Amino acid sequence: MREIYGRAVTGVLSALAVLCVGAGGAPAAEPIKIGSFLAVTGGASFLGDPEKKTLEMYVARINEAGGVAGRPIELTLYDSGTDAKKAASFVKRLIEDDKVDIILGGTTTGETMAVVPLVERAGIPFISFAGAGVIVEPVKKWVFKTPHTDGLAVRKIYEDIRANGHSKVALFAGSGGFDKSCRKNAHELAGKYQIEIVADETHGKGDTDMTPQLTKIKNTDGVQAFLYCGFGADAVVAAKNYRQLGLALPHYQSHGSASKRFVAGTGEASEGMRLPAAALLVAKQLPDSHPQKKLALQFEADYEAKYNEPISTFGGHAYDGLMIAIGAIERAGSTDPEKVRAEIEKTTNYIGVDGIYNMSPEDHLGLDTNSFVMVEIRDGDWQLIE
Amino acid sequence: MRRRLATPRTGGLLALAVVIAVLPAFLPNNFYFDVMILVGLNAIVCIGLNLLVGYAGQISLGHAGFFGLGAYSSAILTSTYDWPPIAALLAGAAGVGLLAFAVARPIMKLRGHYLAMGTLGLGIIISIILTQEVDLTGGPDGMPVYGFSILGWEPSGVLVWYWIVGGLLLLTVWLALNIVESPVGRALRAVHGSEAAAQTMGVDVVHYKVLVFVVSAVLASIAGSVFVHYIGFVTPSEAGFIHSIELITMVVLGGLASIYGAVVGAAILTTLPQLLTFLHDYEMLGFGAIMMGVMIFLPRGLVPTTARLLRDRTR
Amino acid sequence: MLTEFLQFLLSGITVGATYALVGVGFSIIYNASQVINFAQGEFVMLGGMMTWFLFDAAGLPLAVAVPLAIAGTVVVGVALEKFAIEPARNASIVTLIIITIGASIFLRGSAQLVWGRDFHAVPALSGDAPINLSGVALNPQSLWVVGSTLVVIVLLHWFFSRTMTGRAMRAVAFNRLAAQLAGVNNRRILMFSFGLSAALGALAGVLIAPITLTYPDVGIMLGLKGFCAAILGGLGYPYGAIVGGLIVGISEAMTAGYISSAYKDAVAFVIILLTLFFMPNGLFGRRGVERV
Repeated sequence: MREIYGRAVTGVLSALAVLCVGAGGAPAAEPIKIGSFLAVTGGASFLGDPEKKTLEMYVARINEAGGVAGRPIELTLYDSGTDAKKAASFVKRLIEDDKVDIILGGTTTGETMAVVPLVERAGIPFISFAGAGVIVEPVKKWVFKTPHTDGLAVRKIYEDIRANGHSKVALFAGSGGFDKSCRKNAHELAGKYQIEIVADETHGKGDTDMTPQLTKIKNTDGVQAFLYCGFGADAVVAAKNYRQLGLALPHYQSHGSASKRFVAGTGEASEGMRLPAAALLVAKQLPDSHPQKKLALQFEADYEAKYNEPISTFGGHAYDGLMIAIGAIERAGSTDPEKVRAEIEKTTNYIGVDGIYNMSPEDHLGLDTNSFVMVEIRDGDWQLIE
Repeated sequence: MRRRLATPRTGGLLALAVVIAVLPAFLPNNFYFDVMILVGLNAIVCIGLNLLVGYAGQISLGHAGFFGLGAYSSAILTSTYDWPPIAALLAGAAGVGLLAFAVARPIMKLRGHYLAMGTLGLGIIISIILTQEVDLTGGPDGMPVYGFSILGWEPSGVLVWYWIVGGLLLLTVWLALNIVESPVGRALRAVHGSEAAAQTMGVDVVHYKVLVFVVSAVLASIAGSVFVHYIGFVTPSEAGFIHSIELITMVVLGGLASIYGAVVGAAILTTLPQLLTFLHDYEMLGFGAIMMGVMIFLPRGLVPTTARLLRDRTR
Repeated sequence: MLTEFLQFLLSGITVGATYALVGVGFSIIYNASQVINFAQGEFVMLGGMMTWFLFDAAGLPLAVAVPLAIAGTVVVGVALEKFAIEPARNASIVTLIIITIGASIFLRGSAQLVWGRDFHAVPALSGDAPINLSGVALNPQSLWVVGSTLVVIVLLHWFFSRTMTGRAMRAVAFNRLAAQLAGVNNRRILMFSFGLSAALGALAGVLIAPITLTYPDVGIMLGLKGFCAAILGGLGYPYGAIVGGLIVGISEAMTAGYISSAYKDAVAFVIILLTLFFMPNGLFGRRGVERV
């Protein structure tokens, strides 16, 4: 019974593998195989979904335009369901079975960190779309990432808090990986910016009411600013409860809330809130001299035309990852993993959606706080402040 | 001799050993080995769980908690405290065994859905602790775990891991068969899991249930320990509610009160997500539909139903 | 100090009322069929998502969208009973649990496919402006949640004690065979109970969507908490589920407020476990007699 089953599985899996190769193998030139695993479903699906859409759209476009150096791109994309174990399994499949040349993806930090040992061992270039700094600090030979880190966001927020003459901050964070990493950074960086954290509360995933925690913050003496670490629907509930309790301190959230859905979900409650975001969010307001303006407007127009939904900055991580990978493959003139890796590391002055990247052997992200702009929500829209 | 081979005790074990020995010849590359290793680890947990659910009639919706505790014991003791992996594995198993023993009596007093709630609550409490104690466990993003070694020997490569897990699986099946065939196990089966009837026959039901609960928890913990060393990484979702549900689904899908059913259930549910990737956006929908369909049309599970069909035909 | 306490209590009652509504759904289905329906949380999700879709995307007024969403969820609930539970009537408890879990995955997958994976906002029934009661801030939607729960309790009481169908349902819960002999149509009762729980779940979804937003996964946690409420109160006791829901909600809020917000969910589960250790059939459950 089991043997038969084992054979059946082997048979079906290999048939599928043949199908995949067969579908992409029609053109004469050998395709460049890009493998990807994203949290298209599960807890981080609102991040993974735009990432998937962006990758698929631009791979199709590049192939229509003749591919990279005459070679078409073959994208193999798996849904990890926001599960680190599944992510590890799919990355093994990408490496061993699909034999991809480069891996892009990993929507969350947990998924990314679970596959880091695998790509390091296999020696395949890997560009992650996940947030936390731990992915590239310390530097790992084969691992790169495109999104701003939560540490950068906290720095940008602290700069703004100090610029407004405040120093006593109340911190409120969720229980997810991003939330906890952001909270940790908020604690660690506080000293450097002469900021004192006077209240520190957390909430659970999917909580429907956070007024008890916020009541405690409200009753804490001397708070001058409020910082929330988290994203998604939880961030909306936090913002609404904050307003419900009549708290009127300057309210900061992270770039995790930089989406139109967040503004629509919070309505009135997010008026006056400030957050650091990629320039993409306020592309139209940027001065014409801003180097990212043209690209950002183009990306926004392309995405919204194709998918008929407002843009978020999350798709930008995928765009930058794809373009950095393609740039490196073009410069390397092959898909040799060591050459491609070395070229990714040499990425300089690449003007992306998320910022201007300058990678180096010591820095596998290549962004600084200048890649963020500070925005304020006014009348339900983003307003660039500087 | 022929008769002996036909009993599940020796015949089935032998057949399983042959399958495990022959399978590598059909696996084209490391990815397939990886899937089979995960199948083996899940099967170990499911055999223990099936002893509890299928034979002792006690539902558990929190077994991933024990798996997670085993996984984190190994991860923390080896990575943070530099314990030898085998000592960490044993310490984890012992700790989980003690915990299971401590909670077994009050929990085993509960029945039916109350028991489901009790075990579910226990599993969730464990996963919350693993998520919240960031300094110890790395929090929701998990923590890396370094290699495994037994007396200085370090298994490397999937083939070695395949044999380790295959051996452990055979050992587990053998152990489970012995428990099932023990006097208490047989008595309980003879009365179709009815406790009152077993008790009137003078069977110490509570003792048996506690024993099976502890054994199943320890098996889950060992599988968790081996899992982290193989994967090299662990996140709290290993201990989570959804993983618990996956485990119980494997057991029911393969067939309650069937040790080989647990193996088949684990094999199917572990490979299914890999097989369904071609469905893309329809993957989740398809997965749910298959789960419902199998349980509606084969409510007794795959192995018992198939076994009955075969028996009817030979008759 | 007192306002702080009242604020926590208010939060607990609002959250607890939603758990209660979901929990009552568990109890009703359990009474009719002995089945624990793990897709109960998905009824909550469907209520919210359909309301959003009909109101926002299809442009219907809220007064039309809400009843339609509830009706739509009832159709799903009845279909679930007809096509998934009924054919497996004689299966074991665990098998039925797995079927309903399969159904919950199926419904989530369908919702993602039809409406996407993003979260959506539904407008509050009477605005967002908080009401200030001498220092305690109250979200008007909370009043809707708590008020509706009260109305549901009254209606259910009337239904179970005064109507033919309601009494038949109680009879089935008490003794299925005897009820059948007395002429009660078990199959109709079963279908009706799924429809009724779907309606209650959807109502909860409609009411809390303005507070929590709505998205395909919103039902997972709420379904789990509803199950807690039903078990804590004693399975098969709809009023017990309401008390259970309030206990879980209030203990979460108090833990978050006074002890540790990181462990508030764990504390709720510890309370449930301890209760069950001393009262193995929940707060109001009868001591069951095992059928040999």
